[in-house]
Amino acid sequence: MQTNKHTLAVLVQNEFGVLSRVAGLFSARGYNIESLAVAETLDPKVSRMTIVTRGEEKIIEQITKQLNKLISVIKVVDLTELEHVEREMALIKVHAEGDGRAEVLRISDIFRGKVVDVSPSSYTFEFTGVEEKINAVVNLLKPFGIREIVRTGKVAVARGAGASTETRRRPRDSDHTDEAA
Amino acid sequence: MELTGAQIFVESLKKLNVETLFGYPGGAVLHIYDALHFAEKDGSIKHILVRHEQGAVHMADGYARATGKCGYALLTSGPGATNGVTGIATAYMDSIPMVVITGQVPTHLIGNDAFQEADVVGITRPCTKHNFLVKDVKDLARVMAEAHYIATSGRPGPVLVDIPKDVTAQKCKFEWPAKVEIPSYRPSSEGHMKQIKKAVELILTAKRPVLYVGGGCIWSHAAPELTEFARRLGIPVTQTLMGLGSFPMGDPLSLDMLGMHGTYRANLAMTNSDVLIAIGARFDDRVTGKLDEFCRGAKKIHVDIDPSSISKNIEVDIPIVGDAKKVLRKMLDCLPAEAEQTKFRRSMDPWHETIAGWERQHPLFYKDWQPDNSTEVIKPQWAIQEIYRKTRHLKPVVTTDVGQHQMWAAQYFQFDEPFKWITSGGLGTMGFGLPSAIGAQFARPKDTVLAIVGDASVQMCIQELIVAAEHKLPVKVFIINNVYLGMVRQWQEMFYDNRYTSVYIPLQPDWVKLADSMSAQGFRVSERSKLSGVIDEAMSSSKPCLVDIRVDPEESVFPMIPAGGSIANPITADQVYKSKVADDPNSASLS
Repeated sequence: MQTNKHTLAVLVQNEFGVLSRVAGLFSARGYNIESLAVAETLDPKVSRMTIVTRGEEKIIEQITKQLNKLISVIKVVDLTELEHVEREMALIKVHAEGDGRAEVLRISDIFRGKVVDVSPSSYTFEFTGVEEKINAVVNLLKPFGIREIVRTGKVAVARGAGASTETRRRPRDSDHTDEAA
Repeated sequence: MELTGAQIFVESLKKLNVETLFGYPGGAVLHIYDALHFAEKDGSIKHILVRHEQGAVHMADGYARATGKCGYALLTSGPGATNGVTGIATAYMDSIPMVVITGQVPTHLIGNDAFQEADVVGITRPCTKHNFLVKDVKDLARVMAEAHYIATSGRPGPVLVDIPKDVTAQKCKFEWPAKVEIPSYRPSSEGHMKQIKKAVELILTAKRPVLYVGGGCIWSHAAPELTEFARRLGIPVTQTLMGLGSFPMGDPLSLDMLGMHGTYRANLAMTNSDVLIAIGARFDDRVTGKLDEFCRGAKKIHVDIDPSSISKNIEVDIPIVGDAKKVLRKMLDCLPAEAEQTKFRRSMDPWHETIAGWERQHPLFYKDWQPDNSTEVIKPQWAIQEIYRKTRHLKPVVTTDVGQHQMWAAQYFQFDEPFKWITSGGLGTMGFGLPSAIGAQFARPKDTVLAIVGDASVQMCIQELIVAAEHKLPVKVFIINNVYLGMVRQWQEMFYDNRYTSVYIPLQPDWVKLADSMSAQGFRVSERSKLSGVIDEAMSSSKPCLVDIRVDPEESVFPMIPAGGSIANPITADQVYKSKVADDPNSASLS
């Protein structure tokens, strides 16, 4: 069966231990977390997690249901199903000496990177983009010698004017499980 | 007026109508116990001192299972809380409403490896429905209200509230929330009308329907609706271990228990059904056997209050998220006129005939004799039947421990009403039987409470017997004593070529002396002809009793569907006996 990558936006109560609950849920049930990013939303009582996970359709459905079951979880949206924008950021420290120094700068320019640190033998670049773009620039820079690389997890938001994670005050059974038959 | 956290805790219990609290004191909960002192004096809350924290949690569990109410337990920090984890996990697996309050070291010491500190919230995260660490006394009343609400709503489950000692000393005004509002938790219970109509339409086209019901029907108080629905349409009903009592087992429509040790007719009816109606059950592996061979020919309807249980193991055709009682009521409302119902009921006759045929083929069976023609050996199944026969008129609450005796009790006791059968199904916790019986007796002081336990299981929480004696609770504990860890022995016999390892426990406590030493009453019986008299004696005693019934050591539970086996092929007792004879026709020994 096909395993697909899914990007989930999870709104949670911003309370002590909630990250641990979500991470614990994934590990206890053997689901995998490819990446996880979390921060407060406009409402300081609510945090938003962006979790990238991979699995068959049935597993993704179970993950979504189990997440919804957590008392601290307000809402789960599978952004993979919607038109959405995703980005991640990377800070890459590259060895840059002699001929390589100019070439490395050119590569960074092509990928619209910014230089955030410089030393006689290295540059540290900041890149933002979709995962494939970051992977591409990493591959191009590898031959020069990447000293250190730090990537954030993916963050994503649905396209269009509405807030896909708007919390509505209605009971949970109006989700797709009930209608699916 | 300002109250301390400890006082707020006690006031919260009163607001929640908590009458009985099972617990064990310790440093971290000293302030709480001081506040309880006053509540005990004015009679508003009764605190039961146990002898091991696991006992406290099991007692709160038995209390809940005997009444449908939320159980309450109070433990201290560190080892007190960790001793309670098994009990909490037991309640979690069976979805039992319970609130466990644990003391914690003062907030400034948390994370410092303090004396009797344990990360209880971390440890119990995977085995509680939810848990709280109260860091400010102003949150305490709200948290208590929320804990109770979470434990008792939606799919019930244990909730843990961890309270640091300094919080119990801090002061603030006691404000009890008028309403519990948790924005991220809105359990739904109504059931989608469209789905319900679809389900009823499907059922009315069925030729071989089966109702498969579990613990959800008990906790939803759905027995009356279920009974009416089944009887109106003449649909046979099979119950899981957790669902026993949701439909009268003596009823001609009852297939009794299904699954690994269920009846032959129940498993075959499931396998051959064309419409399977699952209500408040979760398609557990003990029921389904091999997943890809489970009920292949049936369309499945699944009613459950927990959306994550639906299509978790088995894909279903018509999922309905909702409370069993409410959904069944709506399904009843969707039924056609009486005349149609009668027509449908009559159309079920051939199906009932087929099922009756399976029952005739392989009824529940054990060989109730011994090869040397001695008639005095007590067969464990017979002992349990005898206990049932002699106590049924008292309509007892029955608890069990875990193992062979548990399965035989499920097979040979007939439960007619909910909240009378108390057993650890999901986690299968040995030691559960005695403390849960004590909790049940506290909950139902006027009812008869029996515990059917094994000789191995009962030793795990035996220290709680003295609590029963202390409070003059006449619980009757029947030890089905085969001097083995019976179920493990059975598996070693069946799957490990009779290589018995670490299962033989011939050195036992003298149960009569042990009971006596705990101010209870003990009996011992190993002869069949004496059992009836001993049961009478025990039942008429006003003390808690331990009845040591020495039974045939090598009986096995049948039918059996080995793990991963198909439910279409249960191994039945008569098959096993036949094959034993075939192996050695000269041998008279069949046991």
